[in-house]
Amino acid sequence: MKFLPLILANLGRHKRRTILTILSVGLALFLFASLRSFGTTVDTLTKAGSDSRMVVRNATGIVLPLPMSYAQRLAAVEGVKSVSWAAWFGGWYSDPKDFFANFAVDAASMFPMYPEMIMSDEHKAAFMQDRAGAIVGVDLLEKYGWTVGQTITMNGTIYPGEWRMNIRGVYRAAEGSAFDEMSLMFHYDYLYEGTQRTTTPGWFYLTLHDPSAAPQVAATIDAQFKNSNAATRTETEKAFNASWFTMFGNVKFLLMTIGIAVVFAILLVTGNAMMMSARERTAEIGVLKTLGFGSGLLFALELSEAVVIAVTGAVLGLGGAWLLWANVGIFQQFLPGFKVAPSTLLVGAGVTLGLALVSGFVPAFRAYKLSVIQALRTVE
Amino acid sequence: MRIPFIYNLRSVAQRPVSTAMTAVAIGLVVAVFVAMLSLANGFQAALAKTGSEDNVIVLRKGANDELSSGMSRETARTIASSPHVAKDASGQPLVSPEVYVLLNLTRIQGIGFGNVVARGVEDRAFDVRKGVRITAGRKFTSGASEVIVGSRIATRYQNLNVGDSVEFGGRRWAVVGHFQADGSGFESEIWGENEQFMPVFRGQVFQSVIFRLADPAAFDEAKRSLEEDPRIQVSARQEQDFYQSQSAMLSQILQGLGIMITLIMGIGAVFGAVNTMYAAVASRGPEIAVLLTLGFKPRSVMFSFLAEAAIIALLGGLLGCLITLPINGLVTSTTNWQSFSEVAFAFRVTPLLLLQGLIFSVIMGVAGGFFPAWRASRLPVVQALR
Repeated sequence: MKFLPLILANLGRHKRRTILTILSVGLALFLFASLRSFGTTVDTLTKAGSDSRMVVRNATGIVLPLPMSYAQRLAAVEGVKSVSWAAWFGGWYSDPKDFFANFAVDAASMFPMYPEMIMSDEHKAAFMQDRAGAIVGVDLLEKYGWTVGQTITMNGTIYPGEWRMNIRGVYRAAEGSAFDEMSLMFHYDYLYEGTQRTTTPGWFYLTLHDPSAAPQVAATIDAQFKNSNAATRTETEKAFNASWFTMFGNVKFLLMTIGIAVVFAILLVTGNAMMMSARERTAEIGVLKTLGFGSGLLFALELSEAVVIAVTGAVLGLGGAWLLWANVGIFQQFLPGFKVAPSTLLVGAGVTLGLALVSGFVPAFRAYKLSVIQALRTVE
Repeated sequence: MRIPFIYNLRSVAQRPVSTAMTAVAIGLVVAVFVAMLSLANGFQAALAKTGSEDNVIVLRKGANDELSSGMSRETARTIASSPHVAKDASGQPLVSPEVYVLLNLTRIQGIGFGNVVARGVEDRAFDVRKGVRITAGRKFTSGASEVIVGSRIATRYQNLNVGDSVEFGGRRWAVVGHFQADGSGFESEIWGENEQFMPVFRGQVFQSVIFRLADPAAFDEAKRSLEEDPRIQVSARQEQDFYQSQSAMLSQILQGLGIMITLIMGIGAVFGAVNTMYAAVASRGPEIAVLLTLGFKPRSVMFSFLAEAAIIALLGGLLGCLITLPINGLVTSTTNWQSFSEVAFAFRVTPLLLLQGLIFSVIMGVAGGFFPAWRASRLPVVQALR
């Protein structure tokens, strides 16, 4: 520790170089942490669904509906505790390009299935009493500046026309759950009646008595409907969410590749700076050795310089990313809950350490090997 | 008088390790820059080339995409009888009422399912849509349970080879051919006959009606006459415009992300270049003083050092471009969130993009070299020589 002033003095000799190197390490780790956060956020969302709830949809494709009559047949399947249904509405509010999820649900059967959807009893009751009622997630409410009690007009795309709905309630997601707070839900019956009773459900939700029976239940259901006019695909909500996110394609791989390129590029920048400092101080190392500084100590001193630079940069970069994404929500629309995960900070710390060791090793080793005569003779 | 260029080249060669590290760092930035933009480029190209300027796509009024649209046979007939529809040699209108659904198919690689577009077309669609070519097998025959598969997805999903059969909509469909469509989004689709698709999917509705304009210049007029026709509730758009707008959001995101990432990365690399150039100036103090004493103007010295920084950066830029060349043509896929369908497309590394990459590298070099070069030109001669 007593050598800390020496390390700092050495770093202070070329203040500009030290600062620039620290900043480039900081930028690199900021980018690295942000890029990795895409991956971790997608992973969290993928695991968001429940293992005990299941989703039944049309096997041919997600846009094709299922007959309402399936509800009773699903309820009769052994192991199924409750059944609910929903239909995608796909409307827009003020701008067709502003996407948010909006769908019709059978609230009476759906609410008990979703304990992580938190709403006050008054709001619940008000919604249940109003056929044209709607409930919205707290983020969506804030986005459009709506208030409870307000009547809004949704523009249908699949179901043409203007649909008037009264906002009767606001829901939040329970702590720790990834339930989407950017959705609008309204009564299935309102949609059904508004379409001259032609709509049928887009998908069914199921809950099971015993979640571990999910594979058998899925197999039973899909076998039962295999030869009917709408074959089904049944899976746990978690698997359903996961398959949804495979649609992102190789984005995760792409971002990780870039992350590695970023780290590597900065490694070169830092390593270069470290080597430059070391080369300029060759004669000095000779003097220190003459004064009795051991080779091992000089090795450690050189390496510590790299560690100080890397750690300072890491604190700036990782800390900056962590703070920024905790407070700025520009990705919330695509990736709700986008933030830097603790695991990213940990990996970032590992990267920092690696960066320090690799970039500091060459100059440190050089200091270690250098003979006094050679060092003192060198003129740069 | 200018300092000979060879002086810079020799100076660069004098410090190979430091030069190489700076150059590689800049090269990596350029590589990421080119790779990200070639991705955006490829995606945009696939969707922008989808459709033709001479064609009109008609959707139900209020529908933003084919998925949410639906029109009756009656509406389709009314559109086909419009005087704005071009006719073929035998006097038949060049029009194709189409059925459009998303199929849930199993991927070959990786887990999960993808949403693939199935398009039921009229036989005449091959005349309406120029550039669709059968590359293997044959076209589907009218009245049979047969489909043809776009070449981009044939290798990405199970059971889509010619001769295979694929099951969807409660029926088995024989895959009788593969087709290409100039690299457009259609190559990510499965085509069959509309009359075959209609009963198994969404009943007696078409999702879109595509027709060739009789007079390509008269789009506005055709649009007005269709949208004002009281018998039908439709909106008409130029086909190419329509597909382009479908891709706008995602290609903007890709482009924005690419530029943001490379900008941050680039700043880091510029810092590296600044360090290298300052070190170069510092270690060559006496040399610079000699140059100034010899009568070279400070301006020439500054220019010379800037050139040196640019050379290092350009070396890096060239390296970065070389790294990205192999990804040209690599096919990847993503979901176009505006249509929820999967689009397969190829990375497109164009000469223009490479040029932009090189320019970007030189800018980084000059930005990094500016202050060191300025310092060099202001060096007090007496002090430096001592």
